[in-house]
Amino acid sequence: MDLYEYQGRDLFERHGLPVLAGGVATTPEEARAIAERLGGRVVVKAQVKVGGRGKAGGVKLAEGAEETVARATDILGMDIKGHTVHKVMITVTADVAEEYYFSYLLDRANRTFLCIASVAGGMDIEQVAADTPEKVVKAPIDANTGVDEAKAREIVSAAGFPAEVADQVVEVAVKLWQAFVAEDATLVEVNPLATTKDGKLLLLDAKVTLDENAAFRHPDHEALVDQASVDPLEQAAKEKDLNYVKLDGEVGIIGNGAGLVMSTLDVVAYAGERHGGVKPANFLDIGGGASAEVMANGLEIVLSDPSVKSVFVNVFGGITACDAVANGIVQALALLEQRGEKATKPLVVRLDGNNAEAGRAILDGANNPLIQRVDTMDGAAERAAELAAAGV
Amino acid sequence: MAIWLTKDSKVIVQGMTGSEGSKHTRRMLAAGTNVVGGVNPRKAGQKVDFDGTELPVFASVADAMKETGAEVTVIFVPPQFTKAAVVEAIDAGIDLAVVITEGVPVHDTAAFWAYNVAKGERTRIIGPNCPGIASPGASNAGIIPADITGSGRIGLVSKSGTLTYQMMYELRDIGFSTCVGIGGDPIIGTTHIDALAAFEADPETDAIVMIGEIGGDAEERAAEFIKANVTKPVVGYIAGFTAPPGKTMGHAGAIISGSAGTADAKKAALEAVGVKVGKTPTETAKLMREIMSGR
Repeated sequence: MDLYEYQGRDLFERHGLPVLAGGVATTPEEARAIAERLGGRVVVKAQVKVGGRGKAGGVKLAEGAEETVARATDILGMDIKGHTVHKVMITVTADVAEEYYFSYLLDRANRTFLCIASVAGGMDIEQVAADTPEKVVKAPIDANTGVDEAKAREIVSAAGFPAEVADQVVEVAVKLWQAFVAEDATLVEVNPLATTKDGKLLLLDAKVTLDENAAFRHPDHEALVDQASVDPLEQAAKEKDLNYVKLDGEVGIIGNGAGLVMSTLDVVAYAGERHGGVKPANFLDIGGGASAEVMANGLEIVLSDPSVKSVFVNVFGGITACDAVANGIVQALALLEQRGEKATKPLVVRLDGNNAEAGRAILDGANNPLIQRVDTMDGAAERAAELAAAGV
Repeated sequence: MAIWLTKDSKVIVQGMTGSEGSKHTRRMLAAGTNVVGGVNPRKAGQKVDFDGTELPVFASVADAMKETGAEVTVIFVPPQFTKAAVVEAIDAGIDLAVVITEGVPVHDTAAFWAYNVAKGERTRIIGPNCPGIASPGASNAGIIPADITGSGRIGLVSKSGTLTYQMMYELRDIGFSTCVGIGGDPIIGTTHIDALAAFEADPETDAIVMIGEIGGDAEERAAEFIKANVTKPVVGYIAGFTAPPGKTMGHAGAIISGSAGTADAKKAALEAVGVKVGKTPTETAKLMREIMSGR
């Protein structure tokens, strides 16, 4: 889960890291209250999970409460690269002298964590690394020994931080590592990490990603989910424990296993190229044990998407037996009818693997005109795309 | 002899008395796996009956190894206890730990992996969030269905469970030496490269299918490895060409970050080193079939 900047700022503050005083507002009036509390000159920053907001006009200075209200009014509701601004963060300003870069992140390739530090901050670090690699230090971090003062000092010296800020950077590096571990983060990025003209070190931006697998030990992380920006179908699916991602096509997809479902999206998209450019409407993995109820819940979510014109159920029976899946589909359609949500879109079903013959017989025996059985994955994708194209 | 798992491998199950653990212990036994016991400190000393096979429960992996000579452990414990279970297996010095559990925090995986490295990588870890390893007709450590295919001379390494099963099914008439599901998490123990190296060295494997998906750069690095080290034919498949950036597609590691981790980049990297990459699982199977029919 990616956090908004203000959530990252709050998280840093809770872990004793130096950040600017501020608050977050969803309305101009809330912005006024924050500006009055802070007093003087403030900066109003759009809260969006996308880069380049400064260039898009999403970051403005304001002098006093009235101007803050005006700037917040400008920025709230603004569209930045397809992201609507629902919140602004308002902080006091800092008299910046130098800008640095500091982050901890997951290093998948080396199966460990990585610290990236640079005295060239405030710009795109990937660009800095490409143009002037000597200015970027990448230090692997052992997950078990972590970053203590000695390790932090090593990084600070390798990155060439000036002597007068070195002690402060070391302290920030240690505390930031502690926050990274304590919160089960996979990324904490500070760009810029800045010094002020009076020599103080401040974390002026916050990019934080939290590991959703660790949610069980962080009940407080749930509150960080931005309900307003969650797709309603994705929310409904989550409540039913379904692994669903909304996409913008016309062929609803249900399958078992993340890899097979991803593959199904691809195969449908290829078939769509031959059928008016129809695309997959969603990712939905119903997992190993596809009971009738799970199938019904899945079908309900997929069919409630108004852009869906046909559905492709692609199941390979590994541990799950195909006859159980077939019964699940037939019962799911009956269940939906009972709930008053009778399905009207065609379902192309491909069953293969464990007990496939029995499963296919059940589908045929159901005599449901909505169910079309195709026994190969590529053939079924073709049929689902064709039906979606005809239904558009 | 297949790779890493043979019919003689003695297997224990951590979490054998839990619902998933017992279900799959039964399946592993039915597949002919030499399961010799389980681990659960609260039930140590008890015996569990699996359709006529009585298996002892031990207090620890070390005890189980001492009593049975176990070489492989399959771990089914819930995510919050997985790190401790793997560390216990590493401490006991077992050869192979197969971590089936899905939903392990990545800090925990990073910690047990670092611990394993500090101990000299005595233990091969497969997973987490994986279906395990199967040498068809010989042994099965994990949840891969045993009856899809028989033994043969294709090696398979895959990030995905059901795509593994699909590929085994497509090529069931040819058969497989070993199928390794390495898992879809951002940090995993055994990588594509480890499996490719083992298949290259395995006299019972003639050709290799490699299945990848979006996220990270494991496939790109595997391509480099193939170029330098693999002489056997390799056929590839990548899932997730149509996945949108920034969205996690089921597997915790299946996410395109910025421009990194795309299926297109992975396919291009593999093709650049002469690996044929199928557009669909069926087409991939066809490419492998062509290779095997020439033998």
